[in-house]
This record gives sequence, structure tokens and C-alpha cells, in this order.
Amino acid sequence: MEWVNIIIQGVLIGGLYAMFAAGLALIFGVMRLVNIAHGDLIVLAAYIALMTTDTLGLNPLLAIMIVVPIMAAIGYGLQRALLNRTLGDDVLPPLLVTFGLSVIIQNALLELFTADSRRLNAGAIEVASFPLTEGVWIGVLPLLQFVVAIAVIGALQLLFYRTALGRAFRATSDDQSVAQLMGLDNRHIFALAMALSLAVIAVAGVFIAVRTNFDPAIGPARLIFGFEAVIIGGLGSMWGTLVGGIILGVSQAIGAQINPGWQLLAGHLAFLLILAVRPEGLFPKVRG
Amino acid sequence: MTASFHVEHATRASRIGTAAFAVAIVLLAAAPAWGGRDDLRLLSEIYAYVALASLWNLLAGYAGLVSVGQQAYVGLGGYVLFASTIEAGVHPLLAVPIAGAVAAVVALPVAGLLFRLRGHYFAIGTWVVAEVFRLVASQISALGGGSGISLPAAIVTEMASSRQMREFLIYWLALALVVIVLAAIVLLLRSRYGLALTAIRDNELAARSNGVDVTRTKLAVYVLTAFGTAMVGALIFLQKLRISPDTAFSVNDWTAFVIFITVIGGIGRVEGPIIGTVVFFVLRQTLADLGSLYLLMLGAVAIAVMLFAPKGIWGFLAERFGWQLLPLERRLRFAPDARTT
Repeated sequence: MEWVNIIIQGVLIGGLYAMFAAGLALIFGVMRLVNIAHGDLIVLAAYIALMTTDTLGLNPLLAIMIVVPIMAAIGYGLQRALLNRTLGDDVLPPLLVTFGLSVIIQNALLELFTADSRRLNAGAIEVASFPLTEGVWIGVLPLLQFVVAIAVIGALQLLFYRTALGRAFRATSDDQSVAQLMGLDNRHIFALAMALSLAVIAVAGVFIAVRTNFDPAIGPARLIFGFEAVIIGGLGSMWGTLVGGIILGVSQAIGAQINPGWQLLAGHLAFLLILAVRPEGLFPKVRG
Repeated sequence: MTASFHVEHATRASRIGTAAFAVAIVLLAAAPAWGGRDDLRLLSEIYAYVALASLWNLLAGYAGLVSVGQQAYVGLGGYVLFASTIEAGVHPLLAVPIAGAVAAVVALPVAGLLFRLRGHYFAIGTWVVAEVFRLVASQISALGGGSGISLPAAIVTEMASSRQMREFLIYWLALALVVIVLAAIVLLLRSRYGLALTAIRDNELAARSNGVDVTRTKLAVYVLTAFGTAMVGALIFLQKLRISPDTAFSVNDWTAFVIFITVIGGIGRVEGPIIGTVVFFVLRQTLADLGSLYLLMLGAVAIAVMLFAPKGIWGFLAERFGWQLLPLERRLRFAPDARTT
């Protein structure tokens, strides 16, 4: 029973990793950009949630309504003002600019909020849980997080394949210049993709803020989790990121059970193992 | 007809530059005679950053392998030094090249995995590897686990019995290492592999279609930089006399600073990291009190340089005035009779 519990916890945390990954996979799919500041933007979302709940007295889960549009606006502005200038055949400029951005966000948060660990209080829902079968308990909040992750990824999937915006994303992804000839404004499309990516991680950021302690330095590890989930799941596949996130979450949970020091290591080893035996990931769709 | 031309590397500027380097090295080698303890410490640190940035520049600027995980090899080098001296009784100075060799051996299978990731994803993959190294190091209790370990006094005195002599020794070693690293890079770039690397830098596809084995060349550069980076890492922690997973595998100290130095100085040029390091240390001496604000500003400057002057300070100067400090250019010089025939 103990192991069933551990695996269920791993699966539920995997939903969070899938949200990190979906944001990363989305912008990579549309504009072949890997955002090294991704993790730090997740932490930024957590701090924005902290500020809104502190000033407005909102329940953190309701604060999502405010954090998501703010992050989306930041994403749109960032892409238009900065990141669009870095796109091209050379991989160096986007990597270095987003790396610089990562350092800037981390140190700005450090300057504003100090290195102290913070946490949001969501009230009774934090500790609520119910028994699945005898001896297996499921927390309401982890379950909610998992359901939200599935909903977010499902919505992204629908948006990609069923809407005009999704068609624009796919067209730009396939061939930028032809998409432009067809009347699409790439700069605008890219900015919308980044806005969407940051909207997704805004949701993840609020859940992090409620479920765990956070401080300005935890961003890079979130980037790495999201990245590992993308590679495990396979490039370009939205549902793949969910599977990748779950595999990562379960590996970490099992590692932590064997030895607390092995939690992160077990996740990384699962990733390296997949890279060794199936470098294209489990459900590949596009080649990077 | 026999070839009546030859390739010339040096220009007037590079002859002056090379002479200036030679004079500088002699003056710096004599630093124990004219400088105090603090000067030697600062200079050693500068040498370490010039070496790290030059190696990263070779990797990212020439081979196109943008790594944000070179701290993996700095830390590995440091840990190999501590492990081989404490556990196997190796002489600390001998442990420095051993650290390089171990890192080169480790780099081979690591490259085998990481080279499966293209461009952008390669960068984050290198970071994962550095994290794995850090987590493994914190699990080794014989080397202090997560809290780290100091180099025992017996090993420290093995280098030289007096503290002053020890400091001189480490200083000269640091200077020798940076000279070796720079000389090796210059020689590499002047060889046919350098031509291949420059071709890869300028256009990978074109290089491939002209018969350059791109993957093999990149692998060689990756292993070579791991070798050099680990030796520098070993020396850094030999000077610090203490190592811990967080300092050894610090992404800020060994990657962020190194990247900013190279970008600001001029990526893809050998002189760039040297200029960048000078700028970095001048800024640090004046702005270090600002703490995290200093890092923030450095990040902003690096972004601005990347966007508005992507070739960095040296790239700008070199293009504007045709300067080059090191004999790296290739010019065809024809023999007088060749022109008439």
C-alpha cells in the first residue's frame, strides 16, 4: 500500500511538471526558441500571486484569475520588445539573452523579496484529503492540480488543432516565410505564443506557491524539470509532456522513498536513461 | 606548376600584439617580486577566469556548442584533486593534470548522451549533467557530502613548507595554466582543425558539404575543453583549500560570469575573453558592494551587447580598426614571379 501511495503522489506532482513542460514545448514548437528564463518566470508568477493575495486578500486559487493575464501580458511584451530580435538561424543570441534574463529575474526577486522562503496560505483545502481505498489517501489540492494540468494541456491541444490561432501557430512552425506570405504577422504570432506559454506557467506558479515553499533561487530547477518532461515525452507532443511529467514525478517519488538524497537524482537518471535508449522521446512528433 | 604562394598568419598588429603578450607574461611571472599577497590572489583569479572564458569561447563561439553546464567540469576537477590527494596520496601539483585527464575521460560518454540533443536543448542538457554531478558529489560522504571538506594540512604543506612559497607556487601554476590554455587554443585554431572549426562557426552546413567531419570535430573540442576546464577547476580549489558541492558546481560563478565575460569581450574571437575579463574585474572592483544588483546589471549589459553589438567589444574594435593581437589571420602571399606567370 505504501508504494501505491508513493506512485500516486508521483503521478499527481507529474501534472505540475507537465505544465512547466507544456509552456516550454509550446514556444519551441512555434518558434524553435528555448527559454532559459522559463523557470525564473514560473517563480515570478509565484511572487505575483503572493503580492495579489497580500494586497487584495484573495484566496490564492482565485488569484490565478489575476496572475494569468499579468503573466500573459509580460510574455507578449517580452517577445515583442526583446526576444523577437534574437530569433534567426543562430542559436546563440536567444540562448544568451534568455540566460541573461534568467539572471536578471533571479536577482531582481532577490533584491525585492530577499532570499527568505515564502508560501501562500490557501486555507482548509491545503490539508483536505479523502480515502481512495483502505490505506490510500489522496489530497484534494494535489488532485485539483493534476486535473487542472490535464485541462490546460487538453485546452492547448484543442487550441492548436481546432482554432484559427492554432492554425497560425502550426503554419508559422512549419514555414515562417510562407506563413508571412499568407498574411500572418510572425512577430505578433510569436508574441501570442509566448503570452500563452507564460499564461500556462502562471497557473503552475500559483500551485507551486500554495503547495511548497519557494524562494528566488528555485527557478532553474523548474526549468530543468520541464525540459526533462519535454524530452521524455517527445518533442512536439502536448500529451507527451503529460506522460513525461508523470514519469519524472514517479521517478522522483520512488527515489525519495529509497533515500531522501536521491529524489532529484532519480528524476535526472530517468531522463538520462530515456535519452540513452530512446533519444527521440516516447511520443515524438517533430524533429528539433 | 608548384605552388608559389604561402599562407601568412601574422600582420603588423599581431606582431606587436604577440610581443606585448610576451612582455606581459614576463612581467606577470615576476609578480611575486613586485606585488603583495592580495595582488597575487586577484591576479590568480583573473587568470582562472581568462582560462575558463577562453575555453567556453572555444566551445560556444567556435564549435557552436552552447553549454550552460561547464561548472560540471570545474567542480569535477576540484573534486578529483581533493579525492586523489586525500584518498590516494597523490602530490597536489600532480593532481591538477590528473583532474584534467579524468574529466576528459568522463566527457566522452557525457558527450555521447548530450550530442543527441540539438542546439537549444543541448544547452539545458549540459545543465542537467552539472546538476547530476553536484547531487552525486553531495552523496559522497568520504568527501564531506553536502557540507564539503577542507584540504588536510599535511597535503597543503606537501606542496611547499612555507606559506609564502606555496602562494608563489600556486600563482605561477595559475599563470602557466592560462598561458598553456591560450597557446593551445591559438595553435589549435592555426592548424587545419582550426580551419574546420572556423568553417563550422561560420556555416555548419557549408562546412559539412566541404568534407569537414562536424560531429567528430565538435566531440574533440568538447573533450578538450572538459580537460582544460577541469584543470582550472582543480587549481581554483587548490587555492581555496576547501570544496563543497554548492561552490564547486555553482552556475553563477563558473558559467554565468564566464558567459557574460565572453559575450561582453567578444565571442568567437580569442582576444574577446581576455578583454571581457579585464572589464569584468574592473566593474567588480568598483561595484562589488551592490551584491545582487551587480549581477543584475551584468546580465543587462550582456543582453544589450548581444542585441546591439553581437561581436562584443573586441569584435567591434577589430572590425573597425583591423586590429588583431594574436597571429590568427590567414593571408595568401604570392611569390613575386607567381604574379607574372
